[in-house]
Amino acid sequence: MSEHPRLRLDGVRQTFPVRDSRGRPGPPLTALDDVNLDVGASEFLTLVGPSGCGKSTLLDLLGGLARPTGGRILLDGRPVEGPGLDRGLVFQQYALLPWRTALDNVAFGLEAKGLPRRLRAARAREYLALVGLEGFADRYPHELSGGMRQRVAIARSLAFDPEVLLMDEPFAALDAQTRESLQDELRAIWLRTGKTVLFITHGIDEAVYLGQRVAVMTSRPGRIKSVIDVDLDRDASRDPRSDPAFARYRNRVWQELHDEVALARRSEFAPVPSEADRG
Amino acid sequence: MADTLTRTPAPTVPTDDPTAHGTARPLLAVGWLWFTRSAAILAFLLLWETAPRVGLVDRVFLPPLSEVLVATADLAVGGQLWAHVSASLSRALAGFVVAVAVAVPLGLLIAWYRPVSDLLLPLLELFRNTAALALLPVFVLILGIGEASKVALVVFACTFPILLSTVTGVRTVDPLLVKAAVSLGFGPLALFRKVVLPAAVPSVFTGIRMAGAASILVLVAAEMVGAQSGLGYLINSSQLNFQIHDMYAGILSIALLGVTLNGALVALERRWSRWRTTPG
Repeated sequence: MSEHPRLRLDGVRQTFPVRDSRGRPGPPLTALDDVNLDVGASEFLTLVGPSGCGKSTLLDLLGGLARPTGGRILLDGRPVEGPGLDRGLVFQQYALLPWRTALDNVAFGLEAKGLPRRLRAARAREYLALVGLEGFADRYPHELSGGMRQRVAIARSLAFDPEVLLMDEPFAALDAQTRESLQDELRAIWLRTGKTVLFITHGIDEAVYLGQRVAVMTSRPGRIKSVIDVDLDRDASRDPRSDPAFARYRNRVWQELHDEVALARRSEFAPVPSEADRG
Repeated sequence: MADTLTRTPAPTVPTDDPTAHGTARPLLAVGWLWFTRSAAILAFLLLWETAPRVGLVDRVFLPPLSEVLVATADLAVGGQLWAHVSASLSRALAGFVVAVAVAVPLGLLIAWYRPVSDLLLPLLELFRNTAALALLPVFVLILGIGEASKVALVVFACTFPILLSTVTGVRTVDPLLVKAAVSLGFGPLALFRKVVLPAAVPSVFTGIRMAGAASILVLVAAEMVGAQSGLGYLINSSQLNFQIHDMYAGILSIALLGVTLNGALVALERRWSRWRTTPG
């Protein structure tokens, strides 16, 4: 951890107005309460939590799509005040424009950056190649498999060269094999590009496998319960998932999460508008 | 229609050759497909031909198909048929084009600005549910019995399907796409141009296709009431003069015109939303 973290969450709090079935305002729903977290430059941090703990709310705040009710989010010491190309978002459902080819989807973010057309195409090709899709530039999203679509989405977010990559359960919709290969590829890309990555997931294995540190969130209202350093020998030729150390980390995260999941399950039947589909 | 837009289509397995989709289909299967698709129409035409001949219906009021086709050919050779078709077609197209030019921008405006839509949608809903033909006397009173009232009626009938499907198209844009674009820092105008507009195209085209069918429908009815030319006039006057063969020739022409127009619009729609349809 350097002295100036790339990303700092300082007492972040988010509440939502709630209306009962007759439309009368009730007590506000607290989605996040006093979230404190530092992410260092070039760090890969994974965030796990029970469903409905406000993970996606947190991501909206980090992306600048919403403003926190309280607290501050600092990127390189400057407060986040809106969306910007210093952060790249990757969504679970890819969010590719279906009327654009893979290449044009990657170029989409570059248009926002105001790059001239020729440079856009060249840069987009370069990043498609980075995710191993150089042969699929002219395909439309519906002609690509789920894994390929997510690669395109990742390429799109990397192409405009953000400081931080924010990923919201990006591999959750993929089958197990595709997920594992994309995890490996994401790690390789991270090592190559040195990006800061905040990766939200509900998979413990995924969190331990990818993260240098794993932050565990409490059930609603979401807080950071603990942050676990993961020190795995990833350069070994065998699969780190079969390393006994992997199982120990996995178990630790599981222990941290266990009570929270039970809590979340008990409150699942409570009325939670606007949070129910946020994961 | 609009919800197929937001949903991901069933993933096709990507192959390395993009032209490989469903080309090498055996000839027999194609033949069978054509047969199943045309069997019902052929059966209907056969029924039309035989029913009057065997005396199931009075052949004075429903002549066999072959005789109707002969009458149609006679009208076509004499030039009258084309005169009527072109009269109808020019009215329908004029009204249709005006409706598209008015309704698409208006629909975008209504959908994009919430106060405008709150203000106008109830009125538009009322107009949409007013049968266009019920207004024909009003149009005739105000615009006279000439071309203007007929074209105006077509404009009225075409506007609402286009308008409402444009509004639906804009409103049902996948919020995730909007979110992704906003997160990239696009402003409202770029967001509209790059995301909302293209996403709405399929729905807009659905409305345009519905309007195409409506244009022929109301026009023919208008031509039956007061006109000196057009397919509606041909049908009505033939019936009054007891030229039953010519009447059926007019009906057949209208059916073909409608099918052709729809086919043309579908082809246009395909061209504009290739990304949505799975090839093959």
